[in-house]
Amino acid sequence: MILNMGPQHPSTHGVLRLVLEIDGETIVRMKPEIGYLHTGIEKTCEAKFYQQVVPLTDRIDYLCPLTNNLAYCLAVEKLLGLEIPPKAQWMRVLMNELTRINSHLVWLGTHAMDLGAMTVFLYCFREREDVLRFFEMVSGQRMMTSYFRIGGLALEPPLGFFEKVKKFADRFPGNVDEYEGLLTGNPIFMMRTKGVAHLSAEDAIALGACGPTLRGSGVDIDLRRDAPYTGYENFKFNVPVRTEGDVFARYLCRVQELRESIGMVQQALAGMPEGPIKADSPKVVLPDREKMKTQMEALIYHFKIITEGFTVPAGEVYQAIESPRGEMGYYIVSDGTAKPYRVHMRGPSFANLQALAKMCEGQLIADVVAAIGSIDVVVGDIDR
Amino acid sequence: MPLTPPITNIEQLKAHPTLARLLGWDPAAVQSVRFDRDELTIWITKEAICEAAAILRDSPDCPFNYLSDLTCVDWYPSEPRFEVVYHLLSISRKERVRLKVRLDGSSPAIESVTSVWPSANHYEREVFDLFGVRFAGHPNLKRILMPDEWEGYPLRKDYPVEGYR
Repeated sequence: MILNMGPQHPSTHGVLRLVLEIDGETIVRMKPEIGYLHTGIEKTCEAKFYQQVVPLTDRIDYLCPLTNNLAYCLAVEKLLGLEIPPKAQWMRVLMNELTRINSHLVWLGTHAMDLGAMTVFLYCFREREDVLRFFEMVSGQRMMTSYFRIGGLALEPPLGFFEKVKKFADRFPGNVDEYEGLLTGNPIFMMRTKGVAHLSAEDAIALGACGPTLRGSGVDIDLRRDAPYTGYENFKFNVPVRTEGDVFARYLCRVQELRESIGMVQQALAGMPEGPIKADSPKVVLPDREKMKTQMEALIYHFKIITEGFTVPAGEVYQAIESPRGEMGYYIVSDGTAKPYRVHMRGPSFANLQALAKMCEGQLIADVVAAIGSIDVVVGDIDR
Repeated sequence: MPLTPPITNIEQLKAHPTLARLLGWDPAAVQSVRFDRDELTIWITKEAICEAAAILRDSPDCPFNYLSDLTCVDWYPSEPRFEVVYHLLSISRKERVRLKVRLDGSSPAIESVTSVWPSANHYEREVFDLFGVRFAGHPNLKRILMPDEWEGYPLRKDYPVEGYR
């Protein structure tokens, strides 16, 4: 029998449609049908100046907009050969880890709710609200922040920002204990997740799974450690890896990542260097408002960047970073003009989706809900 | 970090283990190379792509067992028009390499690498969907993002940004 799940289904986390071929309650085959959220962002990017693409990247993976900003900015900076000042780099790490916490909290809340644990959802969204407030403080936006710009940051973090983040970071490990107290030893949660939707390491690699889905299957890979970018080499953290390869293993990996991320936030706060937040490259980076009002050149550069953009030397780069869901890669081809010739986003959810079909084979229909939650699917990231 | 000029001479890059392995297997399969911004790109002939992919995947010292990304670039109106781009990652060695294959604009087709990396399945469908490149031997070559009855290939350069009205 063929059973259609989605695209309008609360546990598919968006408009994801799964066509299930079932034998009784058991799944014989699963076919994901995607594209309901396709907006042609890659095509739109080709018609924009380089700096105009940054807000578009927010909208791909809407749970971790800053990660997308970062991957794009790093790729363009690599094309330009631009050096980023240390404070901007540390701020990027700080904001990126807060984004990871934000994204993992949404995942944890919805994943637990899919499996019937309503309380966790409320707790997670309580802390998520704090993180969103930090985003609002630095950028004025709660979700579509566009806070990272090519060459550095959009704005200096406001007064009192670091103190507030510090308070949150001191409190947060206790909150994680709270979530774990509700779930990790919970017999109902364990029955719904342990041994469910198993994925072996070989299958995970062959099917291109990434991030916690891959680490939950025992493959030790984390791009923050293995190919450090934006100053991650200065941070100490562990990469949680589990070998069980089931939903519970992926859950444990992500919860441990929450703790590692808050550790990195603490390190970033403790070692935050002083200095500028933008690269010294007047042709690429917008000048300060103050300079624009007092210096002729600054005004000219501002006018030029806004009206004609800036040219990027011809070439191509592939910049991969570790997003909360796995390897988020930006492949940018430049033909030497002010608009990118081609921008391709390698979305981690798109990659994990192929593993989903494999891990659901032979499982019960009710377990599909657990499996979808365990790969932390974001449909905006799949369809682009 | 000022940009260093790219290296395109095969002789200079011969020592790179990945390139050395491909050259040792079949020097005729490698069309050209480019080392730019710390990234190695190798152009492979269209016929050799599947075998070259298998050679790199099964390399004992640096197995490129993970296909990070597969996409395409349209160089309209110049010929050969399309470039299919493969980004490979070696999980054990944490190294990356980019393979490229040039394809003609008239009915572009290439062998599918799903037999080497099963993860290529969705990526190849996406390239077929948005660029109209056909992959021979693909198990299920259907549109993936656009509706099945869609006309044209949206990411081609001669396709207007606002679509056909």
